[in-house]
Amino acid sequence: MWFKLLLNTSLIIFSFGLLYKIFFWFRSNPVFKTPDSTLFIRLSAGFTGILTTVFSVKFFILLKIFIADVIFQVRTLKEDGWRWLMHILIYWGFMLLVMMHALDKMVTQRFFSEYYPTLNPYLFLRDFFGAMVIVGLGMAVYRRFIRKPARLKSNRMDYYAIIIVALIIISGIFLEGLKISSYSEFQSMEEEYAALDDKNEIRALESLWVRDYGLISATLTGPFTNAVINQGRELNEENCLSCHASNKWAFTGYSIAGLLKPAALWLDRAGAVDIFNFLHILLVFLGLAYLPFSKMFHIISTPFSLLTNAVMGPGKSNSNNVMTRQMMELDACTHCGTCNLYCSAMMVYEARGNPCILPSEKMSILKSMVNGKSLNQAQRGAILEGVYLCTNCDRCTVVCPAGINLKQLWLNVREELLQQGDSQPVMFSPLSLARSLNRQELSLETYQKPLTATGRALAGDFKVLTEPSKIFSLPIKATSDQDVGLLGNNFTACFGCQTCTSSCPVVKNYENPEAELDLLPHQIMYCLASGLTEMALGSRMLWTCLTCYQCQENCPQQVEVTDIFYELKNQAIQKLTDTNVDHKLKKYAN
Amino acid sequence: MSKYAFFLGCNIPARVSQYETAARMVLNRLGVELVDNRQFNCCGYPLRNSDRKAYLLSAVRNLALAEEQNLDMLVLCQCCFGSLKKAAQLMTENGKMQDEVRSLLDSENLKYQGNVKIKHLLTVLYNDVGIDAIQKQLNVTFKDFNVAVQYGCHGLRPSPVTQFDDPLNPSIFDELVTVTGAQSVDWPLKLDCCGAPALGIDDNLSNSLAVKKILDGKKAGAQCLCTVCPYCHLQFDTVQAMMLEQENLTESLPAILYPQLLGLGMGIDAELLGLDQNQLEIENIRSFLCEE
Repeated sequence: MWFKLLLNTSLIIFSFGLLYKIFFWFRSNPVFKTPDSTLFIRLSAGFTGILTTVFSVKFFILLKIFIADVIFQVRTLKEDGWRWLMHILIYWGFMLLVMMHALDKMVTQRFFSEYYPTLNPYLFLRDFFGAMVIVGLGMAVYRRFIRKPARLKSNRMDYYAIIIVALIIISGIFLEGLKISSYSEFQSMEEEYAALDDKNEIRALESLWVRDYGLISATLTGPFTNAVINQGRELNEENCLSCHASNKWAFTGYSIAGLLKPAALWLDRAGAVDIFNFLHILLVFLGLAYLPFSKMFHIISTPFSLLTNAVMGPGKSNSNNVMTRQMMELDACTHCGTCNLYCSAMMVYEARGNPCILPSEKMSILKSMVNGKSLNQAQRGAILEGVYLCTNCDRCTVVCPAGINLKQLWLNVREELLQQGDSQPVMFSPLSLARSLNRQELSLETYQKPLTATGRALAGDFKVLTEPSKIFSLPIKATSDQDVGLLGNNFTACFGCQTCTSSCPVVKNYENPEAELDLLPHQIMYCLASGLTEMALGSRMLWTCLTCYQCQENCPQQVEVTDIFYELKNQAIQKLTDTNVDHKLKKYAN
Repeated sequence: MSKYAFFLGCNIPARVSQYETAARMVLNRLGVELVDNRQFNCCGYPLRNSDRKAYLLSAVRNLALAEEQNLDMLVLCQCCFGSLKKAAQLMTENGKMQDEVRSLLDSENLKYQGNVKIKHLLTVLYNDVGIDAIQKQLNVTFKDFNVAVQYGCHGLRPSPVTQFDDPLNPSIFDELVTVTGAQSVDWPLKLDCCGAPALGIDDNLSNSLAVKKILDGKKAGAQCLCTVCPYCHLQFDTVQAMMLEQENLTESLPAILYPQLLGLGMGIDAELLGLDQNQLEIENIRSFLCEE
C-alpha cells in the first residue's frame, strides 16, 4: 500500500515540476526582462512550429538527429571517446534498467511473454545494466574529482546527479544481495513454491542453495556430501529452476551476498530485506519527484535542444520560438565543460580569474538569474565582463554535445545586459567588431547607449582636471619612475617634435581634433612626462587609437607611442574593474 | 615540402571562411603542408586594450603549442601576426609578467622556449615558396586589371618587431600581385589603416577612414582592393556593403582576398575559392583573365 502511495506522490510532484518547467520555457526569456509576448502567443508559436516541422520533410532530420545524437551521442563521441563511454554506460545502463526492471510489467512482459525477473537473460541483464551504471559512475567520479580536466567546474547539481544515481543502483544491488543471502526469504520461497513435506528434502534443497546460490542458513553451513547435493539438485530442478535461475548470474548481488556473509543472519533477523526494499524504492521515487528540478532534467531538455537546433536554421525562425528554445537550452546544459576546453578566450579566464568568462559558467549563472537570483554590483560587473570577453569565434557552439546554439544565446544576452548595465570598459576594443557588424538590427540610440556610458566612465575626472580655470602644480619627480608596465619608461625619450600627432590618421580625420579627442598623441606624452597620468587616462584619443602604429614607426626617438597607449588603456580598465572577482562569485556560482 | 602550423584565429572561421578555403587551395597547389591544431586559442590581439596578462598568456599559449609540434606558424590575419610577433618579442625579455605567463602555461603542461617563427601568408609565399615557384603554377594571366593592395598595418608596423617588409616602401605584396599579370597601383593612402579596429567603438571614425581609402583607390584607377587580413576584408567587403546600402557611400571598390586572386590565376574555379561568399562582387573579373 505504501508503494502505491509513494509512487503516486512522486508522480504528482514530477508532473507538476515538469509542467512548471515547460510553462517557464514558454513564459520567460533568457534575460529576464518583461516579456513582450504573452504566454498564449509563445505557446501557439511553439505548437505551430512543432506541428509544421514534424509534418514535413524535416521529420527525417529529426529522426536522424534522434538516433545519432540522442541515442548514440555521436557529438560526444567525436570530442572524447572516453567521456562518451562513461556517459553511454550510465545512460544506456540506467535507461535499460528502467525499461526492463522498473517497468517490467508494462514493458518487458508485454514483449517477452515468458519474462520472469529471476529467469535468464533478465536476471543476468539486470545486474549487467546495474554494473554498467556503476562503472560509468566510477569513470565520472574519477573524471570530475581526480583527473580534473582543465576548467571543468562542479557545482551542487553535478554532485546531486552522481549521488542519486549511485544510491539508487547501490541500494538495488544491496537489496539483491540481502535477498540472496536471506534465510527468511528462502524459507518463505520454499513454502510458497516447493512446499516440501519431508524435512530431509528441505534440508537437501537448502544445502544446495547454501553451497551454490549464496544463501546463508541459520542451521546448515557445510561441507555437504555429494548425495545431499545431488538430491538438492533434483529437487531444485523440480520445484525452482523453471522460475529461478542460478543466483550466480546475478553477479553483483551475489558478490555482495558473499561480502555480507558474516553479518547475513543478523541482517536477516533485523528485517534488512524489507528495509532495503523500502529504501531502494524510496530513493527511486525521490529521484523521480525531484527530477524536474535537478540536473537529471537534462534527459528531457537536452534531447529537445538537439532536435530543435537541428531544424531551426539561422534567421528563419519565429522570434518567439527562439526565446522559448533559449529558455530550454539553459536547462539542456549538462555542465560538461567541453565548451571551456575550446573557448578562444579561455586564457583570459586563467589570467583574470573571472569565472564568468567561461561559457559553462555563463550558462550556470544565466540559469540562476532566470530563476530569480538577484546580483550585487560586483557580480553584475563580472557577468557583463564575462559575456563581453568573447571573440565570437563560435567554437563553443560547434563542440557543445547538447547542441545548444550558444552563439545566438550570447548575442541576445550580451546586448540585453549591455542595455541594462552601466558601462562595459572592454567594449572599447576590437571585441566589439561583431556588435558593429550587426548594428543595423538596433536603433542608433540603442546601439550608442552603452558606448556613451562606457566613454563617460573611462573619461573619469578628465573634465574636472581640464577645467580651464583650474591651475595646479605638476607632480614632477626628480627621476621619472612611473610604472608603465611592460615597457619601462620609454616615454622619457620624447623631445616633443609632434611627429606622432602629424602622422596619426585619427587626428587627420577631424577638422577640430582636440575637441573630438581631448588630447592629441604628443599631448598625452607630455602628460606622462609631467606625471599627469590620470588626465591622460581620461582622454578619448586613447580609445579611438586604431593601433596602426604610424606614430611609433615614425618617431625619431623610438618612443613606443602605440604600446604606451596600450598600457594606459589597461591601466584605465584596471581602475574600473576588479581583476579578480573569482572569490566574489565562487559562492554565487554554487 | 614545407610544413607549418596553420593558425586561423577567431575571425576567419566565424566571418571570413572563404579566406581559409582559398588559402588552403592555393597553398596545396604550391606544395605547402598545413597542420591544423584544434587547441589553438585567441591570438590575444582584441585583448590588448583590456588586460596585458590575458593578452600575453593567450598569445604565448599558441606559440607553445606550435613549439610542441616543432613547427613554425603560418598566420592568415595581420592582427594575429602582429600580436604573436609582439608576444614572442616580449618573452625574450625578463620580467614579472613573463614569469607569471610561464607558470600559468606550466599548469597547462606547456612550455615556450622561443623556438617558433611566426610567418604571414605573404612572407611564406614570397620568402619560402618564391615568385618563380608561384609563376610555374599559373596558367592564366590577368590583363588590364588594376589592384590596390592593402598590406594591413599590423604586418608592416612596428617594423622592428614584425620584420615583415620595408615599412615605408613595402614591395612583397605588390610583387605577388604583379606575378599574376595584374597591376598593383600606386595610391597615396596605400599604407594607411583600413579603420576596422574602431568598429563598434566609433563607427563614424571607422567608416570615414574606410571611405577615404576606397575613394583614394578608385582615384588611382584600381578595379579592386586586395586584402590579406580578415579585419581589412570585413571592412572593405561586409562593412562597405553596409555603407553602400545605407548610402554613406555611392561608388564602390570591391575587395578580393589575395589567395582568391592567385587562385584564379592558377585556373581554380571561382566557387572553390569562395568568391560567392564575398559580399561585393567584382564585376566580370573572369573577363580580365586570359590564357598565357
